[in-house]
Amino acid sequence: MKKTIITVLGKDKVGIIAKVCVYLSQNNINILDIAQTIVDGYFNMMMVVDIAAASKDQSRINEELGDLGKEIGVQIRAQSEEIFNMMHRL
Amino acid sequence: MIGINEVIETNEMIHKLNLDVRTITMGISLLDCVGSDVKETCDKIYDKITSSAKNLVKVGNEISDKYGIPIVNKRISVTPIALVGGSVCKTEDDFIEIAKKLDEAANTCGVNFIGGYSALVSKGMTKADELLIRSIPKALACTGRVCSSVNTGSTKTGINMDAVKLLGEIILETAELTKDADSIGCAKFVVFCNAPDDNPFMAGAFHGVTEADRIINVGVSGPGVVKAAIEHARGKNFEVLCETIKKTAFKITRVGQLVAKEASERLGVPFGIIDLSLAPTPAVGDSVGEILEEIGLEYAGAPGTTAALAMLNDQVKKGGVMASSYVGGLSGAFIPVSEDQRMIDAVSAGALSLEKLEAMTCVCSVGLDMIAIPGDTKATTISGIIADEMALGMVNQKTTAVRLIPVIGKTVGDKAEFGGLLGYAPIMPVNQYACDAFINRGGRIPAPIHSFKN
Repeated sequence: MKKTIITVLGKDKVGIIAKVCVYLSQNNINILDIAQTIVDGYFNMMMVVDIAAASKDQSRINEELGDLGKEIGVQIRAQSEEIFNMMHRL
Repeated sequence: MIGINEVIETNEMIHKLNLDVRTITMGISLLDCVGSDVKETCDKIYDKITSSAKNLVKVGNEISDKYGIPIVNKRISVTPIALVGGSVCKTEDDFIEIAKKLDEAANTCGVNFIGGYSALVSKGMTKADELLIRSIPKALACTGRVCSSVNTGSTKTGINMDAVKLLGEIILETAELTKDADSIGCAKFVVFCNAPDDNPFMAGAFHGVTEADRIINVGVSGPGVVKAAIEHARGKNFEVLCETIKKTAFKITRVGQLVAKEASERLGVPFGIIDLSLAPTPAVGDSVGEILEEIGLEYAGAPGTTAALAMLNDQVKKGGVMASSYVGGLSGAFIPVSEDQRMIDAVSAGALSLEKLEAMTCVCSVGLDMIAIPGDTKATTISGIIADEMALGMVNQKTTAVRLIPVIGKTVGDKAEFGGLLGYAPIMPVNQYACDAFINRGGRIPAPIHSFKN
């Protein structure tokens, strides 16, 4: 299991989750959990995914998700879960 | 499972508040690189550095990508060159050959600075130490990435006043040789008291002789994060303020610990220390001066500044030490004038003087840092300023440092432009009264009484 957090930030619109999910499915990335919230009028989504069996390496995934974000008009980032655990869990 | 609000908080720190890992610095011992002549020594140095650090930049970038945290600098520190070149360097030019080789090795590895063109002379100078020190102006003028430092005092040994006198002259000469670029050579040179062996920050980084063959040291930063956190403590008492700073420092340092551990594993080099310094940059919102203002001062330099800085420095350490098993280096708040927009503003407004900065260095890490002074300042005056700062370090058992830039051709009212991370600085006035007779005495200032703890 290689847990990675994907975050999507931007103006809400139809099809954001769908497009991200299609990308993940095409690259054999399993979604473990999804949460979303609105902060200062912006759509914030967090997906916990497992990239252990992904068909591409992480820097490629980061790059392609970034490009997909530009296409949809939102910011998409993928970060290893450890940075959040280190910062927020003892 | 991690919550969405925690993820948002971390990403806000990174993208809005300039949280970053300031540097991954690989320390490399060059003690096994001494050859039979200068050329052989240079070749061995080049080979060891380029083979040890060949993946440093690549690994730094990969880790940055994995965690989504910027790792701004990848750097190298080496054994003080006065020790490495001691047996083969017979002239200043011999040492300069090594400086050029270090520059070349740094360039090959893709790092932006290499530190360790240094001498440790806190009690006395060997012939090699003196040759290296005298070669510093030319070495810094003919290289781009080499950083130099000299340790001239310690709590255990006292202050080497012969070296302090010489360094006043060396700083002026360095300024003169780089006067076309606002004397930028001096920005790559630091004078220390109680220099740490494991400091990852430039210009004062070197790989101490007490260290292992190779080591990874990481410097974290994040003044913007601290500033944003304490905005929520506005009007609250010191207990609340301190608690807020500690929690923030903990979070910042944890990121450094994560990066250091991973860099150490991927590079196959042991982890040394985390330096939990608040290191500002000229970017707006990345300023220690701004934190001092948020604590309640109109400008850095106003009455109360020393107390505010002492408190800030202490809370940063208290929060940081729990986040990492090994904390070292300089660890505290840096107060470089030219690299911090609000410090520059405070100087321009007349709120912050050289004397107040000196007082501030008693309670924070390091010392008089990146301060531009008139180019016609006398060498003995520069030595006097260094001696004062060394005395603060010696008596208070802490690291202090001086990085002064006498900007040739400029005076109070002018500005020096260094560019990039080094920023710009208004030229600050220096006390005009002389200290020649004091500096010209020569010899050593003995160690203070409280150093005898055996």
